[in-house]
Amino acid sequence: MMLKAFLAALLIATPALADDLRGTGDLGLIVEREAGSLLVVDRSERAALGRIEGLGDLSHASLVYSPDERFAYVFGRDGGLTKVDILTRQIVNRVVQGGNSIGGAISDDGRLIAVANYEPGGVKVFDADTLEQVADVPMGSKTVGIADAPGSRFVVATWDTGEVWILDHSADPAQPAITKLEGIGANPYDALLTADGRRYIVGLFGEKGLTQVDLWQDPPEVTRFLPDYGKDQPDLPVYKMPHLQGWTLADGVFALPAVGLHQLLWVDAEDLTEIARTDLAGQPVFALARPDRREVWVNFAPPDNDKIQVVDVLTHEVIRTLTPGKGVLHMEFAPRGREVWMSVRDENRVEIRDARTHEILGEIEALAPSGIFFTDRAHRTGL
Amino acid sequence: MAKLALLLVLLAGSAIAEPPDAARQDELRHMVRQDCGSCHGLRMTGGLGRPITAEALDGRDIEDLSSVILDGMPGTAMPGWRPLLTEDDARWIADYLLTETE
Repeated sequence: MMLKAFLAALLIATPALADDLRGTGDLGLIVEREAGSLLVVDRSERAALGRIEGLGDLSHASLVYSPDERFAYVFGRDGGLTKVDILTRQIVNRVVQGGNSIGGAISDDGRLIAVANYEPGGVKVFDADTLEQVADVPMGSKTVGIADAPGSRFVVATWDTGEVWILDHSADPAQPAITKLEGIGANPYDALLTADGRRYIVGLFGEKGLTQVDLWQDPPEVTRFLPDYGKDQPDLPVYKMPHLQGWTLADGVFALPAVGLHQLLWVDAEDLTEIARTDLAGQPVFALARPDRREVWVNFAPPDNDKIQVVDVLTHEVIRTLTPGKGVLHMEFAPRGREVWMSVRDENRVEIRDARTHEILGEIEALAPSGIFFTDRAHRTGL
Repeated sequence: MAKLALLLVLLAGSAIAEPPDAARQDELRHMVRQDCGSCHGLRMTGGLGRPITAEALDGRDIEDLSSVILDGMPGTAMPGWRPLLTEDDARWIADYLLTETE
């Protein structure tokens, strides 16, 4: 009896073995789109920890993280929404919610997952815990550029109809208050929300210029800008649409990948006028600011997708052209910008470089890797 | 089936010189999955671009499809791939899309 009490006291007093616990702040997931799997990686160790399989068609897949950085919600092309546990490396739940999905977002309270679908066109919203459907908002169009805005809101643009929809789930998650803005422009192909949740910027494929929606105004204020940029038809063939999530507010300017031009456009964020253009090696896909905002890193559509160009934010000049290898699909910076991870799809590897010296620090084998997502995304608005 | 289709194209007197060699076919197959796949999906089931599975393309012919591949579709996001492909490449891809069974 005495012994039992002693042992019980000992158990209570002993902390859980530290070896069995770990944080997730330096973990990440790499999409292996051909294989339909995710590679769990440890940023500190620059190593893969294991693989999560069985996620279906991961063409153009993206994912978001739960607020505790333990779970990821993966949006697959086959309409699959899969919740995975990155610690146990298992699928927790999976639903096939649509025919053809393009991306998704998680609400700022971590309770709702919104999926943007091409087919049937619209947005479906799910309970983050159970993946049960909470709301279905048909939009009669393919949807692009979905982002989470502060206050349980989601913002999305429509490719076929040129609209922006704002879904506000704050009062009743199942019955979102809908604000529909028409006449945004022809064929929005993607959009981004700035990190402060204020500016939703829509890239247009079907006509000149771009459109900003200022979400701080009530009603939201729509402004067209760069009216001379682009044409009804792009000058040069676009073999891969730019992604605008990387569009970046750096030092008071936006660095925007042009569509149909091999250029980076620099726009004053205050008055939305063009400041400069930078000639690039090809059609830019992602233009990502290094987290300190001092440089913008750009990758390219085929046939120039073996390159990365580094552009100086102050001079707008290309300061370095790197050639990591064939099929550089995605870049992800460490949260504080010290290193950058780049997926080199056709060489089945992820290359890790020092983001300042550009020296190669390591390499991880991966099956035709595409998107790289570090867990710090859990705490960033608009991803 | 693929061979027959190519043969028919040859017999039709078109300018096809000869089908791409095996190495080029591998490159083209890769290109279809990865680069066409950016818009049409890795499995050709559609995305921003329409589905281009054999089923979805039923009734289309090689000439028609290869001209879309080479010159794109004005008014849509489909670019012309002529800078990256020969006419024989495009015909091979058209045939591959029409006959591919996955």
